[in-house]
Amino acid sequence: MNIYADNAATTKMSPAAVEAMTYCISEYWGNPSSLYAIGQRAKEKLEEARAQIASIINAEPREIIFTSGGSEADNQALLTAAMIGLKKGHKHIISSAFEHHAILHTLKKLEKNGFEVTLLPVHENGIVRLDELEAAMREDTCLVTIMTANNEIGTIQPVREIGELCRKRGIIFHTDAVQAVGHLPIDVKAQFIDMLSASAHKFHGAKGTGFLFCRKGIPLSNLIEGGAQERNKRAGTENLPGIMAMAAALKESVENMDAHNAHKMEIRDKLIAGLSKIPHSALNGDPKQRLSGNVNFSFEGIEGESLLILLDQRGISASSGSACTSGALDPSHVLLSIGRIHDVAHGSLRLSIGEDITDDDADYIISNVGEVVAYLRSFSPVWRDLMTGKREFIL
Amino acid sequence: MALYSDKVMDHFMNPRNVGIIEDADGIGEVGNAKCGDIMKMYLKIDNDVITDVKFETFGCASAIASSSMATELIKGQKVEDALALTNKAVAEALDGLPDYKMHCSVLAEEAIQSAIEDYQKKNPKK
Repeated sequence: MNIYADNAATTKMSPAAVEAMTYCISEYWGNPSSLYAIGQRAKEKLEEARAQIASIINAEPREIIFTSGGSEADNQALLTAAMIGLKKGHKHIISSAFEHHAILHTLKKLEKNGFEVTLLPVHENGIVRLDELEAAMREDTCLVTIMTANNEIGTIQPVREIGELCRKRGIIFHTDAVQAVGHLPIDVKAQFIDMLSASAHKFHGAKGTGFLFCRKGIPLSNLIEGGAQERNKRAGTENLPGIMAMAAALKESVENMDAHNAHKMEIRDKLIAGLSKIPHSALNGDPKQRLSGNVNFSFEGIEGESLLILLDQRGISASSGSACTSGALDPSHVLLSIGRIHDVAHGSLRLSIGEDITDDDADYIISNVGEVVAYLRSFSPVWRDLMTGKREFIL
Repeated sequence: MALYSDKVMDHFMNPRNVGIIEDADGIGEVGNAKCGDIMKMYLKIDNDVITDVKFETFGCASAIASSSMATELIKGQKVEDALALTNKAVAEALDGLPDYKMHCSVLAEEAIQSAIEDYQKKNPKK
């Protein structure tokens, strides 16, 4: 049995994406900046990919900048908004407590450079509240950056409503949509999005490729200086094989989105129901307003890394918010942000399923997680203390 | 490249001396749930020799493997020899641990010391 349940970490490239990539490598290997035919043929493909991606999110081709991935897009978006803010003396930024580190670490850097950052709470359900966002908005707010869907617990944020609030006040709205693009419908116009980050390998494209949507009229700041690629906004010869693969993967993902979501949602809900039967366990994040592929649980009395390794031995690839999986001291900031205390945040499991998951896979996961959790509890001193009443149950 | 050595995996998958000793002569518990590691060691000591040892661990694979290896290293040893056991010896016996997991071997060393201290407190030298 082999079940890959870590699609939020990365996805396997789709055959269409692999085909587009190899086709590019053999047929369109020229430099898109070269003026002779071989270069111009590559340039044509580059612009074709850009137009295709733009139309999928209801943007214009010139509003798409290709990047090395989601992190670069996040960095460039934040720097751009900060530079615009700086010119007006607006140095306040609103974000949320459970953003990806590509956002949070960039915000830390901006704080060191005189910006003030408000991180909105995300509450037990893992969703920001619009009234709290509105209350946090100030005259000098230059940016609101809130992710479309969380990478660990999959909760989906009210993006359109956030966008509308920002647009009314003339505040730039950026959303890290790395987990959402290819999985949720995106319409940058209808959702009032000014900037959006995406990463190809989260929707069956290649690693090292992503894009930043930036609404026309917003002057982008460069992270990478050099040549005139990407309308002077991102130097470096374009990763055309990756870009062509990304366009092919996104097209395919969007065409099958409804069918895939319906199937994944059914399996997701089965997994949630099955894992909820494990005593002293709890689902992390809202049960419904979450990505169709995301299941995230905390199990009391055990630690997540040992859980993952035992599941790996049984052919299940998953991830955890435990500190031990990353070498950090603290468990996942996402789990802490929804109010899980350290003790139970360490014992978490994230399953992010793909469209190829079957009903039998779900049964296999449920029974094996149950067995492994029971096994680890059988020699956990924390579990013994819980069972003998020396320690109080949290979940 | 595997995250852990075969020895670590062996001791994690098939931990030795797991459990508790009801009438232990010394019990030591170190670590805390907040940090994600707790080790508890139970010792049976006869004539200054560790005749039995059991452990319970809440933690990652290397914490469980370190506990298991440590119990093997001190079983049948004199108390003073067990006290001299270093975390490095535990890690070496496991054919090494990743750098950021070395603290797991430290916990094993400390758990043994804590259990022996408990024994010594209950049985002061005459």
